[in-house]
Amino acid sequence: MALEVLKPGLLTTVQDLGRPGYFHLGIPEGGAMDREALIAGNLLVGNEEGAAALEAVFVGPELAFRRDATVAVTGGDMPVMLDGEERPGWASFPVKAGQVLSFGYLRGGARVYICVSGGIATEPALGSRSTYAIGALGGVGGRAIAAGDVLPLGEGAGKPGRSLPENLRRAGPKDRLRVVTGLYWHRITPESQKAFFADQWKVAPEADRMGYRFRGGRPLDFVPRTPPFGAGSDPSNIVDGCYPYGSIQVPGGTEPIVLHRDAVSGGGYFMIGAVISADMDLIAQMQPHMPVHFEEVGMEAALAARAERAKGVAAIRAALA
Amino acid sequence: MKTRYSYGGDEHIFVEMDEEMSLDAFFKAISMANAVRAANLPGVTEVCPANASFQVKFDPDVIAPAAMMEELKRLEHAAEDAPKRMKTRIIEVPVYFQDPWTHETLMRFRERHQDPNGTDLEYAARINGFDDVAGFIEAYHANPWFVSMVGFVAGLPFLYQLVERERQLEAPKYLRPRTDTPKLTIGHGGCFGALYSVRGAGGYQMFGITPMPIYDPTQTISYMRDFMVFFRPGDIVKWAPIGREEHDRIAAAIEAGDWTPKIAEVDFDLAAFNADPDATNAKLMEALRGA
Repeated sequence: MALEVLKPGLLTTVQDLGRPGYFHLGIPEGGAMDREALIAGNLLVGNEEGAAALEAVFVGPELAFRRDATVAVTGGDMPVMLDGEERPGWASFPVKAGQVLSFGYLRGGARVYICVSGGIATEPALGSRSTYAIGALGGVGGRAIAAGDVLPLGEGAGKPGRSLPENLRRAGPKDRLRVVTGLYWHRITPESQKAFFADQWKVAPEADRMGYRFRGGRPLDFVPRTPPFGAGSDPSNIVDGCYPYGSIQVPGGTEPIVLHRDAVSGGGYFMIGAVISADMDLIAQMQPHMPVHFEEVGMEAALAARAERAKGVAAIRAALA
Repeated sequence: MKTRYSYGGDEHIFVEMDEEMSLDAFFKAISMANAVRAANLPGVTEVCPANASFQVKFDPDVIAPAAMMEELKRLEHAAEDAPKRMKTRIIEVPVYFQDPWTHETLMRFRERHQDPNGTDLEYAARINGFDDVAGFIEAYHANPWFVSMVGFVAGLPFLYQLVERERQLEAPKYLRPRTDTPKLTIGHGGCFGALYSVRGAGGYQMFGITPMPIYDPTQTISYMRDFMVFFRPGDIVKWAPIGREEHDRIAAAIEAGDWTPKIAEVDFDLAAFNADPDATNAKLMEALRGA
């Protein structure tokens, strides 16, 4: 007995740090879209940083606690209410059995992480509790939570009264995604290569755990070719291959799609490069219609950004040690 | 065939054996992918073989991308000399062509198709030069298919026809992808067949459906208790046409736990296949008859 779902929110799933190792079978690593927020939330309540929590997008759930626990909410900016009384985000607070956790309207970002002491203790699948809905794997029966679900919690009273220093919380969503070009980048003309980075794109409504679609930039022009056998006749087709996480495919050359944690593992659309690992968390907090620019960086800059992000996570660990 | 290496961001390297599909490219890709696995390089987290390419995901904090690239290039030479043959299995998969479920779906998404006034099978038969759908279906299941990739979504096999290129059936993908495809649909796009392991989006032409689940996260279906994904690259598939009655009978038997697919262990040798595809296929299908 642990946590009862009164209202599920829009799409709330159990997520941890994912299940690497099965992408060759089409099963993505999944896990929290905003890894840093999950880690911070878990450390705030005194969990292992990879414990399972609830990821809620745009609309928070309503949860009734059936035992005492410590809770922290991180990620997007959404008012947190305990029995109707506001609690701070990025901070751990005690919850008594019988109390109800709910949320106000989203003020910024897109996803919040609801971390509970002991972690959500649903049955792991392939080494992870992360919900992969397409494959009906992990979480609660492989699906988003629903009203009436009772979520088991792990052991642990937690550490209430802790707060992450302001300077360690990620400031609002960024409007720039850094990209290492490659893969099938050579398939588009030099003019389109320039235009892709020059143009302003907007997050499309089709933006989910599998991938984020963008629209608004100029369509890409292709370098002419004879279609390779097996690829298909469209200039954006390739012989079906693997898709990297963060890779940017542009079906028909019109709307780029950046694959995220629940990526399809492969397919027949060309890709122009990939968003760098340091910026993957940022995508998780982007709302539809938000303007975004892609920025070209080299490998050295990508690795420097990765080291910078690791430093940020290390500072969070140190602050909450 | 010219191998092309590319970074996919800072965590992946993508290696394309050839721009076009061939079994030679497949065998080179899987040999290299196997060599990468066997090398047990620190930092490698995923090795994913595909039709004519493969991809490695690694932790750049453990191995620098440039060093990873060097390791892969070093392994290419070993893969070039690897024998293009494998011990594998042939599986008979029952298919109900022209079933009502894919028919309902293809009618629902007609405006996204090249031929809004026909069916996917009528369209594919026509553009491949067949007089009627029956002739196309016959050509579709007469010879075995080779699983050249598993992916897209959980456990979905891409299949390559074991016939000379001139005889391969080709069809474009839908003009705009559907948002729905029935679970266990047999689809076709480019030169590839696919068996949709789960319900969901898809762009391949839809020809039929199998009653045989190939992905089972609950691991309760008798032939998937060991692992939830049935297919692996290198598997060989023989479609067996069935009607509605047989479809329903098999579906009920699977539900009751007393049906397993017909499977035979076989060797596949690419040189032998290239030398005489028909004789190689005859031998494969004979093994299946003995199963």
